[in-house]
Amino acid sequence: MHGVVGTAVPRKEGRDKLTGRAQYVDDLRFPGMIYGATVRSPSPRGRIAAIRFAEGIPWVEFTIVRAADIPGANCIALILDDQPCLAGAAVNHPEEPVLLLAHPDRHLLEEARRGVTIEIEPLPALFSLEESLARREVIWGEDNVFKRFHLEKGNVDEAWPSADFIVEGEYFTAAQEQLYIENNGMIAVASPQDGVTVWGSMQCPYYVHKALKGVFALGDEKVRIVQTETGGGFGGKEEYPSMIAAHAALLAWKSGRPVKLVYDRAEDMAATTKRHPSRTRHRTAVRRDGTLLAMDIDFTIDGGAYATLSSVVLSRGTIHAAGPYYCPNVRIRSQAVATNAPPHGAFRGFGAPQSFFALERHMNEIAATLGIPPEEIRRRNFLRQGQTTATGQVIREDPDMPGLLDRALAESGYFAKRERFARQNSGAAVKRGMGLAAFFHGAGFTGSGERYLASIVGVDATPAGRVRVLASSTEMGQGTKTIFTQIAAEALQLPYEYVEVVQPDTSGVPNSGPTVASRTCMVVGKLVESAALGLKQTLQGTGLLSASYTPVEFASACAAHIRKHGELRSFSQYQAPAGIYWDDEKYQGDAYGAYGWAVYVAEVSVDTLTYEVRVEDFIAVQEVGRIIHPVLARGQIEGGVVQSIGYALYENVVWQQGRMANSQMTNYIIPTSADVPPIRVVFVEKPYAHGPMGAKGLGELPADGPAPAIANAVEDAIGIGFTAIPLTPEAVMAALTAGEKTAAHG
Amino acid sequence: MRSFIPSYEMRTPKSLAEALELLAANPGAWRPFAGGTDLMVLLEAGKLDHRRFLNIWNLPVLRGITVVADFVTLGALTTYTEVLAQEVFEREFPLLTAAARITGGIATQNRGTIGGNVVNASPAADTPPALLVYEAELELISQRGSRWLPYHEFHVGYRQTRLQPDELLARIRLRRRTSRWSQYYRKVGTRRAQAISKVCLAALLDRKTGEARVAVGSVAPVPLRCFRTERAILDRSDPLPVLAQEMAPIDDMRSTAAYRTRVAQNLLRDFLDGR
Amino acid sequence: MTVNGTVQTVETWPMMRLLDVLREDLRLTGTKEGCGEGECGACSVMMNGKLVNSCLVPALQAEGAEITTIEGIAGGERLHAVQQAFLDCGGAQCGICTPGMVMAAVSLLQRIPAPTEEDVRNGLAGNLCRCTGYLRIFESVLRACRRGGIHA
Repeated sequence: MHGVVGTAVPRKEGRDKLTGRAQYVDDLRFPGMIYGATVRSPSPRGRIAAIRFAEGIPWVEFTIVRAADIPGANCIALILDDQPCLAGAAVNHPEEPVLLLAHPDRHLLEEARRGVTIEIEPLPALFSLEESLARREVIWGEDNVFKRFHLEKGNVDEAWPSADFIVEGEYFTAAQEQLYIENNGMIAVASPQDGVTVWGSMQCPYYVHKALKGVFALGDEKVRIVQTETGGGFGGKEEYPSMIAAHAALLAWKSGRPVKLVYDRAEDMAATTKRHPSRTRHRTAVRRDGTLLAMDIDFTIDGGAYATLSSVVLSRGTIHAAGPYYCPNVRIRSQAVATNAPPHGAFRGFGAPQSFFALERHMNEIAATLGIPPEEIRRRNFLRQGQTTATGQVIREDPDMPGLLDRALAESGYFAKRERFARQNSGAAVKRGMGLAAFFHGAGFTGSGERYLASIVGVDATPAGRVRVLASSTEMGQGTKTIFTQIAAEALQLPYEYVEVVQPDTSGVPNSGPTVASRTCMVVGKLVESAALGLKQTLQGTGLLSASYTPVEFASACAAHIRKHGELRSFSQYQAPAGIYWDDEKYQGDAYGAYGWAVYVAEVSVDTLTYEVRVEDFIAVQEVGRIIHPVLARGQIEGGVVQSIGYALYENVVWQQGRMANSQMTNYIIPTSADVPPIRVVFVEKPYAHGPMGAKGLGELPADGPAPAIANAVEDAIGIGFTAIPLTPEAVMAALTAGEKTAAHG
Repeated sequence: MRSFIPSYEMRTPKSLAEALELLAANPGAWRPFAGGTDLMVLLEAGKLDHRRFLNIWNLPVLRGITVVADFVTLGALTTYTEVLAQEVFEREFPLLTAAARITGGIATQNRGTIGGNVVNASPAADTPPALLVYEAELELISQRGSRWLPYHEFHVGYRQTRLQPDELLARIRLRRRTSRWSQYYRKVGTRRAQAISKVCLAALLDRKTGEARVAVGSVAPVPLRCFRTERAILDRSDPLPVLAQEMAPIDDMRSTAAYRTRVAQNLLRDFLDGR
Repeated sequence: MTVNGTVQTVETWPMMRLLDVLREDLRLTGTKEGCGEGECGACSVMMNGKLVNSCLVPALQAEGAEITTIEGIAGGERLHAVQQAFLDCGGAQCGICTPGMVMAAVSLLQRIPAPTEEDVRNGLAGNLCRCTGYLRIFESVLRACRRGGIHA
């Protein structure tokens, strides 16, 4: 029978997107709707001394909301519950929201926003993770530390004396803005009588639901969150939407009118979350043959002013810090620290890109120290089936990293090109090099996270035999609606067109968990499969449907069941696979149910006239289980690689006193169509037993590898091993001309 | 942060005469508005201080490309797209074509004008270095009459020009003298397309006489014609330190003075080495 | 002005952005705002046959113009070859850049009916996409021109 899984069916909501009919939040207009705006702190830290309102604005026409107006808790509930919804007495970062305004006239609203002055009595502020660690000021808790982890495997201290070499390195990554092309936006309708309803751009409707319950002190049924078509997220709409939703709802609550609150680009870039900057220190004991004896890793991330998700980013970065290698002795000490910048947050990869930049650069350093080729040093250390990771997890599958490595080296023409470049580079103004990175990415929530989430998916059917998937997992371009449809259709032996995915609305769908952590296909998709199978079993178990059937027979069976029982609905809840063990205290055990495994190779050119680095060619080889949709899967890899090229080379947040100074697209540079290399994507398919039809997660994997592969290629091209990204032309120039006498300046 | 749109005025003069009359009656009150690709960006950032604009987009006398024996003249409203479509530029003024091709994307090229690029007076603009080495001349018109000004005299300070408040830039004239000279244009931006330049070098060299023309963008408060560097090239002394002396680059959000200096020198050396 | 073949009359401020006139006054919400500074191309429309960023066009200058938006690209229920190719090749993920990207692609194919990949890269360089990495978009555009014709 022809299956739907594994084929390139049309994107479920594709037609609407191609014709301009898809409705994003700013496309919606409600009768009586007014517009909202946020007045924000100009200072990184201090006490709010006064709020002044300029003359000449008809303030009486405005709805004005301050912290004191919040009906429930002045807090955006997430993990540590330390982030206020609106600043009360003090501010802790530039752009911190202080006051909300609403008015029917969008233009007058902007005039009014300009007319509010927030006067701050400044307090000393911290602007880097070094300053935070040094504790010149304590700006959060007792010691500026949101979270710490300490992970031990074997005995690191005993390993040093038997090492043939000890290699040290320090690596830095910078902030990165998600730059989804659709800005954050919400529309809210709210009143004490009817509760709160919010429509908007988001990844996690139930996160917003939880946050608004707290802000308004309302029960479950009085808060309703509806996701609108979302124009990109990448993690940037994981936690932040709760804040903007609360703001829109507060204005709606106070004004009695529907309120639309949509950011412009400058506000979105300056005020919302970014990828955590990081510093990683490696100290590695190796034997002469390049095998790892001990790894001592210190990993620090800058969380900005409030805790938000930093502990979880830290967790993932910590667990991935030792990479896809076998090492008998590992120590990882990590911390997430506070600075006076807008809180940093989720961004594709979520701590792993930071860790892998450091690790994969460091593996090259080890290779260079020992005189062993970079690909060899990986080969000799790859985790094999039956070996344990840094958390002591036994790898039960065969990752076949050597096989992925060989494939990547072959597809990229690695050896032939390196040889050619070595010959040609000395005379050339444009030098070329090849670099690689090997990595893995755990899919789903860490450890007991999925058990804690206890996700639920529903599937129901109409008398016409049409099936609906009910889940809170959101479509934001990655293909959720399409793959859920494929999985359900395949499980039910129905055509693709017979199944639809309901728009996530907390009043109508169960909580299938957040759309993050590369879990939507693997974890939630599995629940879609089992819920669909459950529905089929209900019909077959009562004799209404036989083992194989046509869609018409299926429809009849549905109709018959519904006539008798009123509805036909099946739910499935997450059950952890047997034999999974995780210790949250010691950070030991089975961190993830499944890993995606990858080796990426980059070819770069370095122009010695302009010091620009370009990626000329790119090969991405990975094993992520079974591919549900070949075009969508390839699109995820290509899109992730290009974002990571931006991370490595182009995207530079310019900080001035904790504020992003280059908060415009003209000055924050992402790759255009003229900047992307050819990217070849290879999937090695190995079905994963616990994934839907054998699939694993893959969305974040491509964010982990490209940056170190590129930096390694630059080292191959010009002999300089950079330890920080973004690798700007200015940085390349500084390194290439260091020690030279520069020409006299004017 | 957006601007207060109701406070902005724009009117469309029915003729050039009416436009010049409005400019003369109240000097400085009305500012010409062409394709808007610079001014609208300021408007949307809440940074467009001026409030009254004259829509000159449809004045036919400001359009058109004329080719005569010694000159090519373009109307100030010639768009980048129109420059790219005219063979005479590709043949005889390829640096202008190169600049037009590298400005923005297609949508910007359809609306951006050479005149606007000149009058906006950003030191980072892409066409000025080409216009400088071609020794362009500008026709400035007003009710008082018309005058021609060598382009290199036009910029007098950061975003300050010799355009009087009652004047309009009408035409730009290029002398057809240098088509056989070696030509070089390279813009180094933040990425390959649609980027503000960090350094932009335009150069011409008559390899017979050694006469050179060098102009650099983004390295001074104005687009810079480098006369002393040209002298050094003619005298066969090392022009690179002279170039560094003539430039006055700064550190800003996009790049550093050190980078700009070094790269400008590299590009000049690249050109002179005959590539 | 004429929008997608229909004459429209709108009363608005002279410096109101064409983008806002389309989205707010005419309720043609297919054209999107991504940056408000002419960088991302999500607001691209055709004005008098030429691709422009509608966030940079003041309403006064659109007077008397012929505007084509994404809503005017398909032929009723039949998709334009570009739209169909995007569907077939995965050229749209989140879809927010897609209307502008389609306009840019249609404009490109009108100017260069048989573009090389280089032509496509240059023709779309003013349209930013954060999801796809552009490669599926290149394939979509090249597929559309190979198919020929306007409607799939």
